[in-house]
Order: sequence, then structure tokens, then C-alpha cells
Amino acid sequence: MSEALKFHFDVDGDDFTSAGKASVQVKKNLRQLGLSPETIRRVSIAMYEGEINMVIHAGGGIADVTVTEDCIEILLSDKGPGIKDIDKAMQEGYSTASDNIRSLGFGAGMGLPNMKRYTDYMDIKSTVGVGTDITMRVNI
Amino acid sequence: MKISTIKDLLDAKVICCEEGLSRHVYSACGSDMMSDVLAYVKDQAVLLTGLVNSQVIRTAEMMDMNCIVFVRSKMPTAEMIELAKENGMIILSTEKRMYEACGLLYSNGLVGNRVKNV
Ligand SMILES: Nc1ncnc2c1ncn2[C@@H]1O[C@H](COP(=O)(O)OP(=O)(O)OP(=O)(O)O)[C@@H](O)[C@H]1O
Ligand SMILES: [Mg+2]
Repeated sequence: MSEALKFHFDVDGDDFTSAGKASVQVKKNLRQLGLSPETIRRVSIAMYEGEINMVIHAGGGIADVTVTEDCIEILLSDKGPGIKDIDKAMQEGYSTASDNIRSLGFGAGMGLPNMKRYTDYMDIKSTVGVGTDITMRVNI
Repeated sequence: MKISTIKDLLDAKVICCEEGLSRHVYSACGSDMMSDVLAYVKDQAVLLTGLVNSQVIRTAEMMDMNCIVFVRSKMPTAEMIELAKENGMIILSTEKRMYEACGLLYSNGLVGNRVKNV
């Protein structure tokens, strides 16, 4: 694989039912590339958490996944409300999710720490009122 | 434990992917919070839940699980069944409640954490 493979997704923020669709597709694509199940699982979980966050906290966004010889990079970008205190958001159990989101099975405040745990690199850039960009990498 | 044994112990209906019933699974978890499943589950192959939405199927798929058991007679929607079929995810539905369903499986040898020598 000398050239990088790229996948692009628009993540719909109005339809909770479809949240996670992009991650399911990425998992399929990575399986076809024959990557190890452990690598695929790490990418899947990290991206899925990030995708769900974009839907429940930011009204949707875009996801770009690049597969190169030595890593899989996931870029998640939204124009949502932004994260005021990133250190706080990274703490396990910190969540601003509403009861409605909790009744859908999310909002335990575990997503961001989980994304960090399953990736080799994670960077969050966020500006209140502008949006959030998250970059994650999983080494192959 | 064979998935068909889970079906029998829980007196469950098979909703889809019946062809996978002969597969063996070694551990399970029960939760209505997908956040917790994503954060705490390691190698559990079966998810028991009372939550019904598409994210249940996708979460299980992301975690490489093989089987979802809906408790309290909950039934997945047609859309959820389609999603499950795409990935060969076996879906069962039981009348039993979460506590009883988990207890039955656990006491018959399906543990929460697979003991592994890593
Ligand atoms: N893309 C985003 N835009 C704006 N705020 C976000 C975004 N992602 C996360 N946050 C904020 O960070 C908090 C923590 O996120 P995290 O994913 O850890 O937990 P959660 O989404 O609330 O719950 P869980 O992930 O366990 O379902 C969120 O409650 C929200 O306030
Ligand atoms: Mg989250």
C-alpha cells in the first residue's frame, strides 16, 4: 500500500438513528484491507465514540479516515458549540449530556477518555462557539 | 456455552441469524448504557440489554460481539434487524428481566470476564 487510502463521511446531526453509520462502514473497509482485528477494534471504538459525540453534542460534522502504511488517522470536525474546558471533558464521568441522551444509552462521560485509551495519539482543538476538531491515530 | 444453550436457558425467540446458533461464546455482559459497554467491555461476546435502538446493534458490532439478547420481551425494529443481518449478529429476545436473565446464564457457567492468561 504505497498510496494513502482515504474515506470521507458526512455525519448527519439530525438523525440519531443513523449515528455510528460511518464507523460501521470504516470497520468494513478496514476488514477488507486485512488489518489485524485488534487494530480494527481500536479504530472502530475510538471513531464510534467520536462520531456519536458529534451527533449528540455538536449537531453532526464530518469524518475523514486516512490509512497509510504505518497508521490509521481519524479526523473528526464539527461546527458545534465547542468544548469549554478540554481537561475537564477528558475526565472519566464528566458529561453535559441531557436525560434524553442518557435514555438513548449514552452520556456516561466515558467517550473522550475511551478515545484516548484506544489510540496512540489524540489531539483536541476546540473553540467555544466555533467547533471542535479531533485528530486520532492508531499505529499499525 | 453455545448460543443455542443461551436461547434454551432464557426460553428466547431467535430474531435473526439463526445459522449462528451453534457458535460458542465464553462471556457476557448486561447493560442499558452503551457508553459503559464501550468503556468497560473487553472480550464479552454477548450483550444483554433492555435498550432498543440502532446504536445497540452498532455498539455490539464495534465491540466484535456475536449476540444480543433483548430482555423484558423488547423487540428490535425492522431497521435494527437489517443492520444486525449485515454483520451476522445473532439477536434473541426473552421475556425474562435483566437480573434473572443474567443470573441464569451466569449460574450455568457463562461468566462476566473471560479468564485469560495474558
Ligand atoms: N464534539 C463535541 N462538541 C461539543 N462538546 C463535546 C464534543 N465531544 C464531547 N463534548 C463534551 O465533552 C463531554 C465529555 O464527552 P464524552 O464523550 O467523554 O462523554 P459523553 O459523550 O457525555 O458521554 P459518553 O461518551 O459516555 O456517552 C460531553 O458531555 C460534552 O460536554
Ligand atoms: Mg461521548
